[in-house]
Amino acid sequence: MLKLVTKLVGVENSHTLSVARTHGAYSRIEKAFAMTPEALIQEVINSNLRGLGGAGFPAGRKWSFIPKDSPKPRYLVVNADEGEPGTCKDKYVMIHDPHLMLEGIIIACRAINAHRCYIYVRGEYDLPIARVENAIAEAKAAGILGERVMGHDFALEVVVHRGAGAYICGEETALLESLEGKRGWPRLKPPFPAVEGYMRCPTVVNNVETLAYVPHVLEMGAPAFAGLGSERNGGLRMYSISGHVNKPGVYELPMGTPLREIIYEHAGGIPGGRALKAVVPGGSSSPILRADEIDVKMDFDSLAKIGSMLGSAGIIVFDETVSIPEAMLVIIRFYAHESCGQCTPCREGTAWIEEMVARLLSGRGRAGDVDNMLRVSKNILGNTICPLGDAAALPVMSYVTKFRSEFEAWLEKSRPVSSFPLPATHIGEPAVA
Amino acid sequence: MSGNGTGHDLSKVDYGMVDHPGPVAWSEAALREIEQIFSRYPDKRSATLPVLWVAVREFGWISYQVELIVGEVLQRPLNEIHNVVSFYTMYPKRPMGKHHIQICRNISCWLAGSEKLTDHVKQVLGIGVGETTPDGRFTLSEVECLAYCECAPAMRFDDRYVGNLTKESLSGIIGENP
Repeated sequence: MLKLVTKLVGVENSHTLSVARTHGAYSRIEKAFAMTPEALIQEVINSNLRGLGGAGFPAGRKWSFIPKDSPKPRYLVVNADEGEPGTCKDKYVMIHDPHLMLEGIIIACRAINAHRCYIYVRGEYDLPIARVENAIAEAKAAGILGERVMGHDFALEVVVHRGAGAYICGEETALLESLEGKRGWPRLKPPFPAVEGYMRCPTVVNNVETLAYVPHVLEMGAPAFAGLGSERNGGLRMYSISGHVNKPGVYELPMGTPLREIIYEHAGGIPGGRALKAVVPGGSSSPILRADEIDVKMDFDSLAKIGSMLGSAGIIVFDETVSIPEAMLVIIRFYAHESCGQCTPCREGTAWIEEMVARLLSGRGRAGDVDNMLRVSKNILGNTICPLGDAAALPVMSYVTKFRSEFEAWLEKSRPVSSFPLPATHIGEPAVA
Repeated sequence: MSGNGTGHDLSKVDYGMVDHPGPVAWSEAALREIEQIFSRYPDKRSATLPVLWVAVREFGWISYQVELIVGEVLQRPLNEIHNVVSFYTMYPKRPMGKHHIQICRNISCWLAGSEKLTDHVKQVLGIGVGETTPDGRFTLSEVECLAYCECAPAMRFDDRYVGNLTKESLSGIIGENP
C-alpha cells in the first residue's frame, strides 16, 4: 500500500536529518528552484492537491492568489492547530517526518516568494513542537534553511509559534490574529489572507498535511499524483478514525476511498459485532451520516453532494448503543465553549442550543424544543463572520433531522413545565411583523 | 500607582485572578530569551503569546502583577494583555497543583467512557473539575479534543499525552507522582 506522508512512521529516528535524507528528504528542492514560481504553482494546481485542514480549497489556486506586484513581504503560515474533534493526523507528520513538512514549506515559499514562515502549533503539542524545532535547527546547521537555501539565492527563516488553547485559532483569520498577538477573533473575508494576511501582508495559510504532500507532487509529477485519487481530488490523504471501531487510528489512503471500506476493512469493523448507527465523516463540524449512507467516496465533492463534508477527514463511528441526543450535547457543548464570542448568532445560538439539549436530557424539555433547535441553527447559518457558527449549526440540523424520533422520545419523558407550548415569538423572532 | 496611563489604581480592580504576593520581575535569563523572541517577529505585539509562555514558566501563573510586566516589556496597554490572557485557556490564572490532569471530554473520548474516568479521578482525589487537591499535588481539568482520538479515552498529564486510559492506569499515574 503506497504511503507518502506516513512512510516514515515506525522508522527509528526518522525525525532526524540523517535518517530522513536516506528516505529522500529535500531531494525535490533542486527541481523546485529549476522551475519558475508560476510553473510550480501550475504544477500544484494540476495535481488536484486540495487543502487537507478542512476547507478543501485547491492548494495551487490559493497560492496563485498572491498578488504578483505587491511591494509588501509575503508570508507562509502553516496551520498546525489541529483542533477539529476526531482529527489526529497532522501530529504524525510533525513527530515522524518533520523534514518532509519543512521541504514542503521551502517549495511553497519558493512558489509564493515568501522568506518567512510561521508554523502555528496548538499549545498542547509539546512533542510535535520539540520535533519540529529540532528539525529546523538541523536544517539551519546544514544550510537547508537560512540566508541561502541549499546554496540558492533565496533566504528562508522558519519560526514555530505556540498556541495557547483555542479551537477557533484553527480558522485561518483567527490564527493570523493570534499570530499577531491578539485574541483569536476571525476577520471578515474579503480581504482574503492572500491579499491581506499576517500584518496585512500577502499570506498563504496551509495545513501541515497539505504541505507534506507538496514534495511528492514534484517527485511523481502532477498527473501521477492526481491519478492516485479521485476526480478533482488528487493524491492520498490521512483518514483519522475513532469511536466504535476495533482499530482506531490514522490510515493514509487514496482520496475517494469508500467510507464503508475504511470502517470495515481498515479499521476492523465495530467491536462486539454490534450494528452501526451513524458516522461523522469529517470531524465534528460535518453533518452526520446514517448507517445507510456510508456507501460514499471519502472525497470533498462526493460528501458535499450528499449534504455532508470531508473536512479534516476525522471519522467518528457510532454504534447502536449511542444515544444521538446525548452525543449531540457533547458536540454542541464544544462549540458553545469554543465560540470566540465576537458575533451574536454564534455566541448566543450555540449557548441556547446547548441549553435546550441539556434541558431535554434532564427531563425538562418543552414542546417546540426540537423545532427551536432547528430554528436557532438556521438563524446562525450564513450570519456569522467565520464558519464556526456553521460548524455548529449544520451538524445540529443533521442530527435533529435524521434522528428526530430520538429527540421526540426524550421529550415524551419530560414532565410538562407548562400546559401549553411557549409562544413562538419567545426567543429570537424579529420584532417587526 | 501603576504605570498604566489611565490615572486609576488598577490594583484595586478585581480581575477574578489570584495575585502574586508582591511585584514580580523578569530574571536575566528570561529577558535574554524575550529579546531572542522579539528577533523572530516584525513587531513586538506578535511576541505576546510566546512571552506569556515565558511568564508562565517563570511565575507559575498569570496574575495582575505578571500582566503589568508583560505589558511593559511588550509596550502594550494592560487591557490588551488581559484580553489575550483571558481568551486562551492554557494560560493559568491561579496557582496550579504540582501535576495537571487534563482529561478530554470531547466526542471520541466520551464514546470511550471519559465521563466515568473523570468521576473516578474526582473520587480518588476528592476534588471536583477545576479544583486542586489541598496538598497541592494535583489539579483536575476537563479539556476539549486533544487530537489523540485514536487512543481514546485520552488525557494530557502535565506536558505529555497519555492514551487508552482505564481507571487502573489513571490510579497508577496518580500513585506514581507524589
